[in-house]
Amino acid sequence: MRALILGLAVAVGLHTSAMAEEVVLGLSQDEVAITATFDGSDILIFGAVKREAPALNDPPLDVVIAITGPNKPVTVRKKDRRFGIWVNTEAVEIDQAPSFYAVATTRPLDVALSNTEDLRHRVSLDQAVRTVGAAEVTDDVDAFLDALQRIRMDEGTYQVREGAVALDEQTLFRTSLTLPADLTEGDYSTRIFLTRGGAVVDSYETTIDVRKVGLERWLYNLAHTQPLVYGLMSLAIAIAAGWLASAAFGLLRR
Amino acid sequence: MQIYLPIAEVSVNAFLLLGLGGGVGVLSGMFGVGGGFLMTPLLFFIGIPPAVAVATEANQIVASSFSGVLAHLKRKTVDLRMGVVLLVGGLIGATLGVQVFNLLKAMGQVDLLVRLCYVVFLGVVGGLMFVESLSALRRARRPGGPPPKRKQRTWVHNWPLKMKFRTSGLYISAIPPLLVGAVVGVLSAIMGVGGGFIMVPAMIYLLGMPTKVVVGTSLFQIIFVTGFATLLHATTNFTVDVVLAVLLLVGGVVGAQVGTRIGVRLKAEQLRILLAGMVLLVCGKLALDLLLTPAELYSLATEGGH
Repeated sequence: MRALILGLAVAVGLHTSAMAEEVVLGLSQDEVAITATFDGSDILIFGAVKREAPALNDPPLDVVIAITGPNKPVTVRKKDRRFGIWVNTEAVEIDQAPSFYAVATTRPLDVALSNTEDLRHRVSLDQAVRTVGAAEVTDDVDAFLDALQRIRMDEGTYQVREGAVALDEQTLFRTSLTLPADLTEGDYSTRIFLTRGGAVVDSYETTIDVRKVGLERWLYNLAHTQPLVYGLMSLAIAIAAGWLASAAFGLLRR
Repeated sequence: MQIYLPIAEVSVNAFLLLGLGGGVGVLSGMFGVGGGFLMTPLLFFIGIPPAVAVATEANQIVASSFSGVLAHLKRKTVDLRMGVVLLVGGLIGATLGVQVFNLLKAMGQVDLLVRLCYVVFLGVVGGLMFVESLSALRRARRPGGPPPKRKQRTWVHNWPLKMKFRTSGLYISAIPPLLVGAVVGVLSAIMGVGGGFIMVPAMIYLLGMPTKVVVGTSLFQIIFVTGFATLLHATTNFTVDVVLAVLLLVGGVVGAQVGTRIGVRLKAEQLRILLAGMVLLVCGKLALDLLLTPAELYSLATEGGH
Protein backbone atom coordinates (compact mmCIF):
# COMPACT_ATOMS: atom_id res chain seq x y z
CA MET A 1 0.00 0.00 0.00
CA ARG A 2 2.72 2.42 0.94
CA ALA A 3 4.64 1.46 -2.21
CA LEU A 4 1.58 2.22 -4.31
CA ILE A 5 1.14 5.67 -2.78
CA LEU A 6 4.80 6.39 -3.31
CA GLY A 7 4.49 5.24 -6.91
CA LEU A 8 1.54 7.56 -7.43
CA ALA A 9 3.40 10.46 -5.88
CA VAL A 10 6.35 9.87 -8.19
CA ALA A 11 4.03 9.69 -11.17
CA VAL A 12 2.29 12.94 -10.19
CA GLY A 13 5.62 14.56 -9.53
CA LEU A 14 6.95 13.56 -12.90
CA HIS A 15 3.80 14.78 -14.50
CA THR A 16 4.02 18.22 -12.95
CA SER A 17 7.66 18.57 -13.89
CA ALA A 18 6.73 17.68 -17.46
CA MET A 19 3.89 20.20 -17.33
CA ALA A 20 6.36 22.88 -16.37
CA GLU A 21 6.99 23.56 -20.05
CA GLU A 22 4.46 25.90 -21.57
CA VAL A 23 3.89 27.33 -25.07
CA VAL A 24 3.83 31.06 -25.59
CA LEU A 25 2.58 31.79 -29.08
CA GLY A 26 2.70 34.64 -31.54
CA LEU A 27 1.04 34.97 -34.94
CA SER A 28 1.99 37.57 -37.52
CA GLN A 29 -1.75 37.99 -38.06
CA ASP A 30 -4.77 36.34 -36.53
CA GLU A 31 -7.14 37.66 -39.17
CA VAL A 32 -7.09 37.11 -42.90
CA ALA A 33 -9.24 39.51 -44.89
CA ILE A 34 -10.42 38.22 -48.26
CA THR A 35 -10.63 41.27 -50.47
CA ALA A 36 -11.38 41.38 -54.20
CA THR A 37 -7.71 41.10 -55.03
CA PHE A 38 -6.91 38.45 -52.40
CA ASP A 39 -4.07 36.31 -53.69
CA GLY A 40 -3.20 34.03 -50.82
CA SER A 41 -1.46 35.00 -47.62
CA ASP A 42 1.66 34.12 -45.65
CA ILE A 43 1.36 33.77 -41.93
CA LEU A 44 4.33 33.61 -39.62
CA ILE A 45 3.77 31.42 -36.58
CA PHE A 46 6.34 31.85 -33.83
CA GLY A 47 6.63 31.31 -30.13
CA ALA A 48 8.70 30.28 -27.18
CA VAL A 49 8.75 27.59 -24.53
CA LYS A 50 8.39 28.92 -21.01
CA ARG A 51 9.87 26.75 -18.29
CA GLU A 52 10.83 26.97 -14.60
CA ALA A 53 13.66 24.43 -14.57
CA PRO A 54 16.49 24.06 -17.09
CA ALA A 55 15.48 22.06 -20.16
CA LEU A 56 16.04 18.33 -20.26
CA ASN A 57 17.98 17.06 -23.21
CA ASP A 58 16.56 13.59 -23.40
CA PRO A 59 14.09 12.96 -24.83
CA PRO A 60 14.42 16.02 -27.08
CA LEU A 61 11.68 18.61 -27.39
CA ASP A 62 9.52 18.66 -30.54
CA VAL A 63 7.01 21.19 -31.79
CA VAL A 64 3.99 20.20 -33.90
CA ILE A 65 1.81 22.90 -35.44
CA ALA A 66 -1.53 21.93 -37.00
CA ILE A 67 -3.91 24.29 -38.79
CA THR A 68 -7.33 23.09 -39.83
CA GLY A 69 -9.87 25.00 -41.89
CA PRO A 70 -13.67 24.65 -41.57
CA ASN A 71 -14.99 21.18 -42.25
CA LYS A 72 -16.79 20.61 -45.56
CA PRO A 73 -18.07 17.16 -46.51
CA VAL A 74 -16.72 15.96 -49.85
CA THR A 75 -18.00 13.35 -52.27
CA VAL A 76 -15.17 11.41 -53.88
CA ARG A 77 -16.12 9.65 -57.10
CA LYS A 78 -14.23 6.94 -58.91
CA LYS A 79 -14.34 6.39 -62.64
CA ASP A 80 -14.43 2.98 -64.26
CA ARG A 81 -14.62 1.80 -67.84
CA ARG A 82 -18.09 0.60 -68.72
CA PHE A 83 -19.15 -0.23 -72.29
CA GLY A 84 -15.97 1.41 -73.55
CA ILE A 85 -16.50 4.79 -71.88
CA TRP A 86 -15.32 6.15 -68.54
CA VAL A 87 -18.15 6.47 -66.09
CA ASN A 88 -18.36 7.49 -62.43
CA THR A 89 -19.16 4.21 -60.76
CA GLU A 90 -18.46 4.41 -57.05
CA ALA A 91 -18.88 7.41 -54.77
CA VAL A 92 -17.92 7.81 -51.15
CA GLU A 93 -18.96 10.73 -49.00
CA ILE A 94 -16.17 11.79 -46.68
CA ASP A 95 -17.91 13.59 -43.84
CA GLN A 96 -14.77 14.77 -42.04
CA ALA A 97 -12.74 16.68 -44.58
CA PRO A 98 -11.33 20.09 -43.65
CA SER A 99 -11.30 22.59 -46.50
CA PHE A 100 -7.72 23.42 -45.49
CA TYR A 101 -5.16 21.45 -43.53
CA ALA A 102 -1.51 22.06 -42.75
CA VAL A 103 0.82 20.43 -40.31
CA ALA A 104 4.40 21.53 -39.67
CA THR A 105 6.82 19.76 -37.35
CA THR A 106 10.41 19.87 -36.17
CA ARG A 107 11.01 16.18 -36.92
CA PRO A 108 8.99 13.55 -38.85
CA LEU A 109 5.47 13.44 -37.45
CA ASP A 110 5.58 9.80 -36.38
CA VAL A 111 8.70 10.57 -34.30
CA ALA A 112 7.43 13.82 -32.82
CA LEU A 113 3.99 12.45 -31.94
CA SER A 114 3.15 8.94 -30.77
CA ASN A 115 0.22 7.06 -32.25
CA THR A 116 -1.80 7.31 -29.07
CA GLU A 117 -1.35 11.07 -28.86
CA ASP A 118 -2.21 11.41 -32.53
CA LEU A 119 -5.44 9.49 -31.95
CA ARG A 120 -6.26 11.64 -28.96
CA HIS A 121 -5.59 15.01 -30.58
CA ARG A 122 -6.32 14.09 -34.21
CA VAL A 123 -3.26 15.78 -35.64
CA SER A 124 -2.06 13.77 -38.64
CA LEU A 125 -3.74 14.02 -42.03
CA ASP A 126 -5.14 10.50 -41.70
CA GLN A 127 -6.82 11.57 -38.48
CA ALA A 128 -8.10 14.87 -39.88
CA VAL A 129 -9.67 13.28 -42.97
CA ARG A 130 -12.02 10.53 -41.91
CA THR A 131 -15.32 9.03 -42.79
CA VAL A 132 -18.00 7.26 -40.82
CA GLY A 133 -20.15 4.56 -42.34
CA ALA A 134 -18.66 4.54 -45.82
CA ALA A 135 -17.57 0.92 -45.39
CA GLU A 136 -21.08 -0.14 -46.42
CA VAL A 137 -20.76 1.55 -49.80
CA THR A 138 -17.40 0.17 -50.85
CA ASP A 139 -14.88 -2.17 -49.30
CA ASP A 140 -12.01 0.06 -50.32
CA VAL A 141 -12.62 3.29 -48.43
CA ASP A 142 -8.90 3.86 -47.94
CA ALA A 143 -8.35 4.28 -51.67
CA PHE A 144 -10.94 7.06 -51.67
CA LEU A 145 -9.40 8.74 -48.62
CA ASP A 146 -5.97 8.51 -50.27
CA ALA A 147 -7.34 10.02 -53.46
CA LEU A 148 -8.83 12.94 -51.54
CA GLN A 149 -5.52 13.57 -49.76
CA ARG A 150 -3.52 13.25 -52.98
CA ILE A 151 -5.73 15.67 -54.96
CA ARG A 152 -5.83 18.25 -52.18
CA MET A 153 -2.06 18.01 -51.63
CA ASP A 154 -1.50 18.68 -55.33
CA GLU A 155 -3.78 21.74 -55.05
CA GLY A 156 -1.85 22.97 -52.00
CA THR A 157 -4.89 22.98 -49.73
CA TYR A 158 -3.41 20.11 -47.73
CA GLN A 159 0.19 20.56 -46.62
CA VAL A 160 2.39 18.21 -44.64
CA ARG A 161 5.72 19.89 -43.87
CA GLU A 162 7.83 17.73 -41.65
CA GLY A 163 10.93 19.49 -40.40
CA ALA A 164 9.61 22.92 -41.37
CA VAL A 165 9.50 24.22 -37.79
CA ALA A 166 12.79 25.74 -36.69
CA LEU A 167 13.55 25.24 -32.99
CA ASP A 168 16.46 27.13 -31.33
CA GLU A 169 17.93 26.20 -27.98
CA GLN A 170 14.81 24.16 -27.20
CA THR A 171 13.10 27.49 -26.59
CA LEU A 172 12.32 29.55 -29.65
CA PHE A 173 10.36 28.10 -32.56
CA ARG A 174 8.96 29.54 -35.76
CA THR A 175 7.51 28.49 -39.09
CA SER A 176 5.71 30.21 -41.91
CA LEU A 177 2.55 29.06 -43.56
CA THR A 178 1.22 29.81 -47.02
CA LEU A 179 -2.55 30.11 -47.27
CA PRO A 180 -3.63 29.52 -50.89
CA ALA A 181 -5.78 32.01 -52.82
CA ASP A 182 -8.73 29.62 -52.98
CA LEU A 183 -9.63 30.01 -49.33
CA THR A 184 -12.96 29.19 -47.74
CA GLU A 185 -13.98 31.63 -45.04
CA GLY A 186 -14.37 30.51 -41.46
CA ASP A 187 -12.38 29.84 -38.33
CA TYR A 188 -9.04 28.19 -38.93
CA SER A 189 -8.12 26.30 -35.78
CA THR A 190 -4.43 26.61 -35.00
CA ARG A 191 -2.94 24.15 -32.54
CA ILE A 192 0.60 23.96 -31.18
CA PHE A 193 1.85 20.85 -29.39
CA LEU A 194 5.06 20.55 -27.38
CA THR A 195 6.11 16.94 -27.24
CA ARG A 196 8.85 14.92 -25.65
CA GLY A 197 9.41 11.33 -26.74
CA GLY A 198 6.15 11.41 -28.64
CA ALA A 199 4.07 12.46 -25.62
CA VAL A 200 2.30 15.83 -25.55
CA VAL A 201 3.77 18.05 -22.83
CA ASP A 202 1.73 21.14 -23.47
CA SER A 203 -0.62 22.41 -26.12
CA TYR A 204 -2.12 25.72 -27.10
CA GLU A 205 -5.05 26.47 -29.34
CA THR A 206 -6.11 29.64 -31.10
CA THR A 207 -8.01 30.53 -34.26
CA ILE A 208 -7.13 32.46 -37.35
CA ASP A 209 -10.18 34.30 -38.55
CA VAL A 210 -10.60 34.16 -42.33
CA ARG A 211 -13.32 36.55 -43.53
CA LYS A 212 -14.51 38.16 -46.70
CA VAL A 213 -14.54 41.95 -46.38
CA GLY A 214 -15.83 44.95 -48.33
CA LEU A 215 -17.46 44.28 -51.69
CA GLU A 216 -16.88 40.52 -51.40
CA ARG A 217 -18.73 40.45 -48.08
CA TRP A 218 -21.58 42.60 -49.38
CA LEU A 219 -22.14 40.51 -52.53
CA TYR A 220 -21.96 37.24 -50.63
CA ASN A 221 -24.51 38.42 -48.06
CA LEU A 222 -26.83 39.82 -50.71
CA ALA A 223 -26.72 36.57 -52.69
CA HIS A 224 -27.76 34.60 -49.63
CA THR A 225 -30.18 36.92 -47.89
CA GLN A 226 -31.84 38.60 -50.89
CA PRO A 227 -31.40 36.07 -53.71
CA LEU A 228 -34.16 37.55 -55.88
CA VAL A 229 -32.74 41.07 -55.62
CA TYR A 230 -29.28 39.66 -56.32
CA GLY A 231 -30.55 37.72 -59.35
CA LEU A 232 -32.36 40.76 -60.75
CA MET A 233 -29.27 42.89 -60.15
CA SER A 234 -27.16 40.37 -62.08
CA LEU A 235 -29.65 40.47 -64.95
CA ALA A 236 -29.77 44.26 -64.92
CA ILE A 237 -25.96 44.41 -65.09
CA ALA A 238 -26.00 41.96 -67.98
CA ILE A 239 -28.62 43.90 -69.94
CA ALA A 240 -26.91 47.24 -69.25
CA ALA A 241 -23.53 45.91 -70.33
CA GLY A 242 -25.03 44.46 -73.50
CA TRP A 243 -26.72 47.77 -74.35
CA LEU A 244 -23.60 49.80 -73.53
CA ALA A 245 -21.41 47.71 -75.80
CA SER A 246 -23.95 47.97 -78.60
CA ALA A 247 -24.29 51.74 -78.17
CA ALA A 248 -20.52 52.22 -78.00
CA PHE A 249 -19.97 50.29 -81.20
CA GLY A 250 -22.82 52.18 -82.84
CA LEU A 251 -21.01 55.46 -82.05
CA LEU A 252 -17.71 54.07 -83.31
CA ARG A 253 -19.20 53.20 -86.69
CA ARG A 254 -20.55 56.68 -87.22
CA MET B 1 -4.16 40.40 -61.93
CA GLN B 2 -5.79 37.90 -59.56
CA ILE B 3 -9.40 38.44 -58.53
CA TYR B 4 -11.15 36.58 -55.74
CA LEU B 5 -14.67 35.51 -56.71
CA PRO B 6 -17.07 35.90 -53.74
CA ILE B 7 -19.49 33.10 -54.61
CA ALA B 8 -17.19 30.65 -56.38
CA GLU B 9 -14.61 31.17 -53.59
CA VAL B 10 -11.67 30.80 -55.94
CA SER B 11 -9.06 33.25 -57.11
CA VAL B 12 -8.62 33.62 -60.87
CA ASN B 13 -6.73 35.77 -63.34
CA ALA B 14 -8.95 38.67 -64.47
CA PHE B 15 -7.33 38.98 -67.90
CA LEU B 16 -7.81 35.29 -68.61
CA LEU B 17 -11.54 35.70 -67.94
CA LEU B 18 -11.75 38.85 -70.08
CA GLY B 19 -10.05 36.97 -72.93
CA LEU B 20 -12.29 33.94 -72.61
CA GLY B 21 -15.37 36.17 -72.58
CA GLY B 22 -14.15 38.06 -75.64
CA GLY B 23 -13.35 34.93 -77.66
CA VAL B 24 -16.64 33.25 -76.94
CA GLY B 25 -18.46 36.57 -77.52
CA VAL B 26 -17.10 36.81 -81.07
CA LEU B 27 -18.42 33.32 -81.85
CA SER B 28 -21.73 34.19 -80.21
CA GLY B 29 -22.23 37.26 -82.40
CA MET B 30 -21.15 35.44 -85.57
CA PHE B 31 -23.31 32.38 -85.24
CA GLY B 32 -26.19 33.40 -82.98
CA VAL B 33 -25.27 30.81 -80.40
CA GLY B 34 -25.04 31.76 -76.74
CA GLY B 35 -21.62 30.18 -76.51
CA GLY B 36 -22.54 28.33 -73.31
CA PHE B 37 -21.58 24.98 -74.78
CA LEU B 38 -18.04 26.35 -75.18
CA MET B 39 -17.75 28.56 -72.13
CA THR B 40 -19.15 26.19 -69.51
CA PRO B 41 -16.53 23.44 -70.13
CA LEU B 42 -13.82 26.14 -70.27
CA LEU B 43 -14.87 27.45 -66.86
CA PHE B 44 -14.76 23.92 -65.41
CA PHE B 45 -11.28 23.66 -66.83
CA ILE B 46 -9.93 26.78 -65.06
CA GLY B 47 -11.29 25.54 -61.74
CA ILE B 48 -14.68 27.21 -61.26
CA PRO B 49 -17.04 24.88 -59.38
CA PRO B 50 -19.48 23.37 -61.94
CA ALA B 51 -22.65 24.63 -60.24
CA VAL B 52 -21.31 28.21 -60.23
CA ALA B 53 -20.03 27.91 -63.80
CA VAL B 54 -23.40 26.80 -65.19
CA ALA B 55 -25.40 29.47 -63.30
CA THR B 56 -23.02 32.34 -64.01
CA GLU B 57 -22.70 31.34 -67.64
CA ALA B 58 -26.46 31.74 -68.03
CA ASN B 59 -26.15 35.31 -66.74
CA GLN B 60 -23.28 36.08 -69.08
CA ILE B 61 -25.19 34.74 -72.09
CA VAL B 62 -27.98 37.23 -71.32
CA ALA B 63 -25.51 40.08 -71.78
CA SER B 64 -23.82 38.88 -74.96
CA SER B 65 -27.14 37.87 -76.54
CA PHE B 66 -28.70 41.23 -75.69
CA SER B 67 -25.76 43.05 -77.22
CA GLY B 68 -25.99 40.86 -80.31
CA VAL B 69 -29.77 41.29 -80.64
CA LEU B 70 -29.47 45.09 -80.59
CA ALA B 71 -27.05 44.91 -83.51
CA HIS B 72 -29.41 42.58 -85.37
CA LEU B 73 -32.45 44.74 -84.61
CA LYS B 74 -30.74 47.66 -86.35
CA ARG B 75 -30.33 45.51 -89.44
CA LYS B 76 -33.92 44.26 -89.11
CA THR B 77 -32.73 40.68 -89.06
CA VAL B 78 -34.84 39.60 -86.06
CA ASP B 79 -38.17 37.89 -86.62
CA LEU B 80 -39.85 39.03 -83.40
CA ARG B 81 -43.04 37.10 -84.11
CA MET B 82 -41.16 33.87 -84.67
CA GLY B 83 -39.01 34.61 -81.61
CA VAL B 84 -42.06 34.92 -79.36
CA VAL B 85 -43.55 31.67 -80.67
CA LEU B 86 -40.24 29.87 -80.09
CA LEU B 87 -39.96 31.43 -76.66
CA VAL B 88 -43.40 30.20 -75.58
CA GLY B 89 -42.37 26.70 -76.61
CA GLY B 90 -39.00 27.18 -74.94
CA LEU B 91 -40.42 28.12 -71.54
CA ILE B 92 -42.77 25.11 -71.61
CA GLY B 93 -39.84 22.90 -72.60
CA ALA B 94 -37.53 24.32 -69.93
CA THR B 95 -40.08 23.64 -67.21
CA LEU B 96 -40.40 20.05 -68.45
CA GLY B 97 -36.62 19.78 -68.74
CA VAL B 98 -36.08 20.73 -65.10
CA GLN B 99 -38.43 17.88 -64.09
CA VAL B 100 -36.53 15.43 -66.30
CA PHE B 101 -33.24 16.68 -64.85
CA ASN B 102 -34.39 16.11 -61.28
CA LEU B 103 -35.62 12.64 -62.21
CA LEU B 104 -32.22 11.77 -63.67
CA LYS B 105 -30.49 13.23 -60.63
CA ALA B 106 -32.52 10.97 -58.35
CA MET B 107 -31.44 8.01 -60.49
CA GLY B 108 -27.77 9.06 -60.30
CA GLN B 109 -25.42 9.38 -63.27
CA VAL B 110 -26.78 12.75 -64.34
CA ASP B 111 -23.20 13.79 -65.07
CA LEU B 112 -22.71 11.08 -67.65
CA LEU B 113 -26.09 11.68 -69.26
CA VAL B 114 -25.31 15.36 -69.70
CA ARG B 115 -22.01 14.47 -71.34
CA LEU B 116 -23.60 11.87 -73.61
CA CYS B 117 -26.28 14.41 -74.53
CA TYR B 118 -23.53 16.84 -75.54
CA VAL B 119 -21.63 14.28 -77.62
CA VAL B 120 -24.72 12.96 -79.40
CA PHE B 121 -26.36 16.31 -80.13
CA LEU B 122 -23.20 18.17 -81.01
CA GLY B 123 -22.13 15.26 -83.20
CA VAL B 124 -25.42 14.92 -85.08
CA VAL B 125 -26.05 18.65 -85.48
CA GLY B 126 -22.45 19.43 -86.41
CA GLY B 127 -22.17 16.53 -88.84
CA LEU B 128 -25.43 17.32 -90.65
CA MET B 129 -24.60 21.01 -90.97
CA PHE B 130 -21.10 20.29 -92.17
CA VAL B 131 -22.25 17.94 -94.95
CA GLU B 132 -25.10 20.21 -96.01
CA SER B 133 -23.11 23.43 -96.13
CA LEU B 134 -20.22 21.72 -97.91
CA SER B 135 -22.53 20.59 -100.72
CA ALA B 136 -24.13 24.05 -100.80
CA LEU B 137 -20.69 25.60 -101.23
CA ARG B 138 -19.84 23.18 -104.02
CA ARG B 139 -23.14 23.93 -105.76
CA ALA B 140 -22.47 27.66 -105.57
CA ARG B 141 -18.97 27.24 -107.07
CA ARG B 142 -20.02 25.07 -110.00
CA PRO B 143 -20.61 27.40 -112.96
CA GLY B 144 -23.78 26.99 -114.96
CA GLY B 145 -25.32 24.62 -112.48
CA PRO B 146 -28.98 24.85 -111.52
CA PRO B 147 -29.65 27.63 -109.00
CA PRO B 148 -30.32 26.34 -105.49
CA LYS B 149 -33.96 26.04 -104.60
CA ARG B 150 -35.11 29.09 -102.63
CA LYS B 151 -37.67 27.44 -100.45
CA GLN B 152 -38.46 23.82 -99.95
CA ARG B 153 -42.01 22.90 -99.18
CA THR B 154 -41.86 20.19 -96.55
CA TRP B 155 -44.41 18.48 -94.34
CA VAL B 156 -44.07 21.45 -92.04
CA HIS B 157 -46.04 23.63 -94.44
CA ASN B 158 -49.20 21.57 -94.41
CA TRP B 159 -50.12 21.86 -90.71
CA PRO B 160 -53.04 23.93 -89.37
CA LEU B 161 -52.83 27.17 -87.30
CA LYS B 162 -50.97 29.01 -90.01
CA MET B 163 -49.21 32.24 -89.16
CA LYS B 164 -47.49 34.82 -91.31
CA PHE B 165 -43.83 35.42 -90.37
CA ARG B 166 -43.10 38.42 -92.56
CA THR B 167 -39.43 38.94 -91.65
CA SER B 168 -38.66 35.32 -92.42
CA GLY B 169 -40.88 35.34 -95.51
CA LEU B 170 -42.76 32.31 -94.24
CA TYR B 171 -46.40 31.38 -94.01
CA ILE B 172 -46.40 28.24 -91.90
CA SER B 173 -48.19 26.61 -89.01
CA ALA B 174 -47.27 27.84 -85.50
CA ILE B 175 -47.00 24.26 -84.24
CA PRO B 176 -43.54 23.38 -85.66
CA PRO B 177 -41.79 26.43 -84.12
CA LEU B 178 -43.57 25.74 -80.82
CA LEU B 179 -42.30 22.16 -80.91
CA VAL B 180 -38.77 23.23 -81.87
CA GLY B 181 -38.78 25.73 -78.99
CA ALA B 182 -40.03 23.10 -76.55
CA VAL B 183 -37.47 20.46 -77.57
CA VAL B 184 -34.66 23.02 -77.32
CA GLY B 185 -36.05 24.16 -73.95
CA VAL B 186 -35.94 20.60 -72.59
CA LEU B 187 -32.40 20.06 -73.85
CA SER B 188 -31.13 23.41 -72.61
CA ALA B 189 -32.48 22.72 -69.13
CA ILE B 190 -30.74 19.34 -69.08
CA MET B 191 -27.50 20.49 -70.66
CA GLY B 192 -27.35 23.88 -68.94
CA VAL B 193 -26.89 25.98 -72.07
CA GLY B 194 -28.94 28.46 -74.10
CA GLY B 195 -29.45 25.88 -76.83
CA GLY B 196 -28.56 28.08 -79.80
CA PHE B 197 -26.46 25.39 -81.42
CA ILE B 198 -29.56 23.22 -81.73
CA MET B 199 -31.97 26.08 -82.38
CA VAL B 200 -30.03 27.57 -85.29
CA PRO B 201 -29.91 24.41 -87.44
CA ALA B 202 -33.50 23.55 -86.51
CA MET B 203 -34.66 26.95 -87.75
CA ILE B 204 -32.69 26.62 -90.97
CA TYR B 205 -33.49 23.04 -91.87
CA LEU B 206 -36.82 22.31 -90.21
CA LEU B 207 -38.55 25.68 -90.47
CA GLY B 208 -36.79 26.83 -93.63
CA MET B 209 -35.93 30.29 -92.28
CA PRO B 210 -33.28 32.37 -94.07
CA THR B 211 -29.88 32.09 -92.31
CA LYS B 212 -29.52 35.88 -91.84
CA VAL B 213 -32.77 36.09 -89.84
CA VAL B 214 -32.06 32.91 -87.91
CA VAL B 215 -29.12 34.33 -85.96
CA GLY B 216 -30.91 37.39 -84.56
CA THR B 217 -34.10 35.47 -83.80
CA SER B 218 -32.17 32.76 -81.99
CA LEU B 219 -30.35 35.37 -79.88
CA PHE B 220 -33.67 37.05 -79.10
CA GLN B 221 -35.18 33.93 -77.56
CA ILE B 222 -31.93 32.92 -75.83
CA ILE B 223 -32.01 36.18 -73.79
CA PHE B 224 -35.28 35.16 -72.16
CA VAL B 225 -34.51 31.49 -71.61
CA THR B 226 -31.13 32.21 -69.99
CA GLY B 227 -32.51 35.18 -68.02
CA PHE B 228 -35.14 32.83 -66.59
CA ALA B 229 -32.42 30.29 -65.79
CA THR B 230 -30.26 32.93 -64.05
CA LEU B 231 -33.09 33.91 -61.72
CA LEU B 232 -33.86 30.26 -61.00
CA HIS B 233 -30.22 29.50 -60.14
CA ALA B 234 -29.82 32.67 -58.05
CA THR B 235 -32.91 32.03 -55.93
CA THR B 236 -32.61 28.26 -55.44
CA ASN B 237 -28.89 27.42 -55.49
CA PHE B 238 -27.23 30.82 -54.75
CA THR B 239 -24.65 29.96 -57.42
CA VAL B 240 -24.61 33.07 -59.63
CA ASP B 241 -21.25 34.81 -59.17
CA VAL B 242 -21.78 38.38 -60.28
CA VAL B 243 -18.05 39.25 -60.22
CA LEU B 244 -17.30 36.32 -62.52
CA ALA B 245 -20.25 37.30 -64.71
CA VAL B 246 -19.08 40.92 -65.02
CA LEU B 247 -15.56 39.87 -66.04
CA LEU B 248 -16.91 37.45 -68.62
CA LEU B 249 -19.52 39.80 -70.02
CA VAL B 250 -17.25 42.82 -70.42
CA GLY B 251 -15.22 40.65 -72.78
CA GLY B 252 -18.36 39.00 -74.09
CA VAL B 253 -20.37 42.04 -75.15
CA VAL B 254 -17.43 43.58 -76.99
CA GLY B 255 -16.73 40.24 -78.64
CA ALA B 256 -20.37 39.86 -79.68
CA GLN B 257 -20.32 43.24 -81.44
CA VAL B 258 -17.18 42.31 -83.33
CA GLY B 259 -18.63 38.89 -84.13
CA THR B 260 -21.87 40.29 -85.51
CA ARG B 261 -19.91 42.49 -87.91
CA ILE B 262 -17.76 39.58 -89.08
CA GLY B 263 -20.89 37.45 -89.47
CA VAL B 264 -22.56 39.98 -91.79
CA ARG B 265 -19.54 39.98 -94.12
CA LEU B 266 -19.42 36.18 -94.44
CA LYS B 267 -21.55 34.14 -96.83
CA ALA B 268 -24.29 32.05 -95.26
CA GLU B 269 -22.63 28.79 -96.32
CA GLN B 270 -19.28 29.83 -94.89
CA LEU B 271 -20.94 30.83 -91.63
CA ARG B 272 -22.64 27.46 -91.39
CA ILE B 273 -19.55 25.47 -92.22
CA LEU B 274 -17.54 27.34 -89.57
CA LEU B 275 -20.20 26.75 -86.93
CA ALA B 276 -20.38 23.07 -87.91
CA GLY B 277 -16.60 22.75 -87.58
CA MET B 278 -16.64 24.31 -84.14
CA VAL B 279 -19.49 22.16 -82.91
CA LEU B 280 -17.70 19.03 -84.16
CA LEU B 281 -14.49 20.12 -82.43
CA VAL B 282 -16.17 20.44 -79.04
CA CYS B 283 -17.98 17.16 -79.64
CA GLY B 284 -14.69 15.42 -80.41
CA LYS B 285 -13.07 16.78 -77.28
CA LEU B 286 -15.94 15.60 -75.08
CA ALA B 287 -15.99 12.18 -76.77
CA LEU B 288 -12.25 11.78 -76.17
CA ASP B 289 -12.75 12.58 -72.49
CA LEU B 290 -15.20 9.71 -72.28
CA LEU B 291 -13.02 7.27 -74.23
CA LEU B 292 -9.47 7.94 -73.04
CA THR B 293 -8.19 6.67 -69.71
CA PRO B 294 -8.27 9.67 -67.36
CA ALA B 295 -5.06 10.67 -65.55
CA GLU B 296 -6.89 10.84 -62.23
CA LEU B 297 -9.57 8.24 -61.69
CA TYR B 298 -11.00 10.02 -58.69
CA SER B 299 -12.79 13.36 -58.60
CA LEU B 300 -13.97 15.57 -55.75
CA ALA B 301 -17.28 17.33 -55.34
CA THR B 302 -18.12 19.50 -52.37
CA GLU B 303 -21.72 20.09 -51.44
CA GLY B 304 -23.15 22.95 -53.46
CA GLY B 305 -24.09 26.13 -51.63
CA HIS B 306 -23.49 26.67 -47.94
